[in-house]
Amino acid sequence: MEEKHDHILKEVTGSEYKYGFFSDIDTETIPKGLSEDVVRLISAKKNEPDFMLEFRLKAYRHWLTMKMPQWAHLTIPEINYQDIIFYAAPKQQASLSSLDEVDPELLRTFNKLGIPLEEQKLLTGVAVDAVMDSISVKTTFRESLAELGIVFCSMSDAIREYPELVKKYIGTVVPYTDNYFASLNSAVFSDGSFCYIPRGVRCPMELSTYFRINAANSGQFERTLLVADDDSYVSYLEGCTAPMRDENQLHAAVVEIIALENAEVKYSTVQNWYPGDKNGKGGIFNFVTKRGICKGDNSKISWTQVETGSAITWKYPSCILRGENTTGEFYSVAVTNNYQQADTGTKMIHIGKNSHSTIISKGISAGHGQNSFRSLVKVVKNADKVRNFTQCDSMLMGDKCGAHTFPYIEVENESAVIEHEATTSRIGEDQIFYCNQRGIDTESAVGLIINGYAREVLNKLPMEFAVEAQKLLAISLEGSVG
Amino acid sequence: MLQIKDLHVSINGKEILKGIDLEVKAGEVHAIMGPNGSGKSTLAAALAGREMFEVNSGKVTYRGENLLELSPEDRARKGLFLGFQYPVEIPGVSIVNFMKTAINEQRKFKGLEPISASDFLRLMREKKELVGLTTSLTNRSVNEGFSGGEKKKNEIFQMAMLEPALAILDETDSGLDIDALKTVAHGVNQLRRKDNATVIITHYQRLLEYIIPDYVHVLYKGRIVKSSGKELALELEAKGYDWIKGEE
Repeated sequence: MEEKHDHILKEVTGSEYKYGFFSDIDTETIPKGLSEDVVRLISAKKNEPDFMLEFRLKAYRHWLTMKMPQWAHLTIPEINYQDIIFYAAPKQQASLSSLDEVDPELLRTFNKLGIPLEEQKLLTGVAVDAVMDSISVKTTFRESLAELGIVFCSMSDAIREYPELVKKYIGTVVPYTDNYFASLNSAVFSDGSFCYIPRGVRCPMELSTYFRINAANSGQFERTLLVADDDSYVSYLEGCTAPMRDENQLHAAVVEIIALENAEVKYSTVQNWYPGDKNGKGGIFNFVTKRGICKGDNSKISWTQVETGSAITWKYPSCILRGENTTGEFYSVAVTNNYQQADTGTKMIHIGKNSHSTIISKGISAGHGQNSFRSLVKVVKNADKVRNFTQCDSMLMGDKCGAHTFPYIEVENESAVIEHEATTSRIGEDQIFYCNQRGIDTESAVGLIINGYAREVLNKLPMEFAVEAQKLLAISLEGSVG
Repeated sequence: MLQIKDLHVSINGKEILKGIDLEVKAGEVHAIMGPNGSGKSTLAAALAGREMFEVNSGKVTYRGENLLELSPEDRARKGLFLGFQYPVEIPGVSIVNFMKTAINEQRKFKGLEPISASDFLRLMREKKELVGLTTSLTNRSVNEGFSGGEKKKNEIFQMAMLEPALAILDETDSGLDIDALKTVAHGVNQLRRKDNATVIITHYQRLLEYIIPDYVHVLYKGRIVKSSGKELALELEAKGYDWIKGEE
């Protein structure tokens, strides 16, 4: 039986990464390496106002004083920052008035990824900002959203066109001193999405950003800023893929969310960066800082993530619950297969009275994958009547992988009610056989069981993406039975 | 339908079945009885193709094919159904989703399109009534938190949905109260046709009051030691298994 399991495990590891192609696009790159001049060059390329350059330089100088964090349960090879290209942009005309001016190869790339940029072909109800390497290629539905006062554009455009909004909010949730990778990002970020939902507006469509790394030897450092004004609502989704390459590529992003009074923000991620091959060669190093603040009373921020890609994932989408009666949620499915490593979780910082948080984490480890859940639930002294519920489940497939949990709870107020539940399970041979006996083969059975296990999280995804995420889960784990 | 010739099966190197011969024809209901540990469940699992049950020798022909060469899922797709003694829980997978997947796998195997949503719902409604399953139950995850009786009803429900040619019911009556037993028996009787067959594996004669078998076999120490008509079940009930043991 062991033999058969090994065989099935081998089959899984053989399943190909679907988005591993490379597009031959004329790309403008700057020389490898990082220095103050590179930071200035990036800022100059984007025609940024002075405040932005200053922000970058302060960040860079601070970063130079910092050391790579070592506390995560990850084995990270040394990263040579002088060997990375910090800016790579598909060449196109300075400003595009219509889609006709976009390089057709670029359009083909996004079509191939299932992200058509022609608006009439788009899924109804989804606006897309497409980011290739260092720049935003195209933002759809920009005009129709503007009629409602919603700003949805690339970060570069926002810095030029809405400098006062950007200046007011950038770095307020994730300061440039926050951590090693956030500082690096603050210095060299090239693009990303910006979104502002005005007071009282319910965004009528899903907003999404699609990130693609294409150029070799380059890193991607995008920055997303999302501001939901009083009484507004928005649901946001990001997806990401990269070509298969033997060398590792660095992705260090920052996402900041500000929710004002009564505002609600849903942020969903389907992370499918290239995970490396079955021997652990290549793959994206994904070091991401995501944080939202429920600044106004009664506001709500909900993070949902499906993490199947990357060689290394280091990511803790968090909520600062500053207003009263605020709600923070974190729903996560993280898969590690082959030699993938993930250290992911969340922080819920309860400052406001009567604030609530929910953490649901479903880890799945297969192959030689190492999957760690790390969380912090913190209740400050004056935060009365706080509630938190945490559920952390781990599933193991095979006997060569690992699951680890690091939950931290710091409570300074006696009225807090904190609950933590954790389970560890395996897919049983009896479950597989039961499915087999109903005519369902082993691969489909694993997909079915895994999706059942992750259902609570998948249910939180917007409809359009839930199906995609289910397929992705099944593909990343096909047949790995333990 | 099914011919078993001199079947030897072992588990972890220990021989459990020591030469089974059995023939089941279309339209027939067979009951296999025997004391605990006689190999009844081993026979059921081996026929369904569970890997840990090793077939050492013998031949099993199912609808003209060598059954032992087929994978468990292909056996199922070709109409062999096993009603489990201990149905397993699959958290988060609704019965609706599970049945739809199973039916579509079988349809794919036969070269048919996936079942339409309306046909599927109609089928669900019809079969649910047959075994008295409530909608609140079918909306739940497969067997999760089900009582013993609910699990067994769910097995018969799945059997009704999949309409197998050969159903093997492994101790379907164990742990059932009299009402649940009647419901299960009613379900099985309703599904009885000229072109299908049922093998009922049971320890007690009780179920056979409601499902009348054409043949009764007594399995003891890995061999079928007695085969006869339905009256054998009553004789067993009256005399107990010691009677068989004594005749050894």
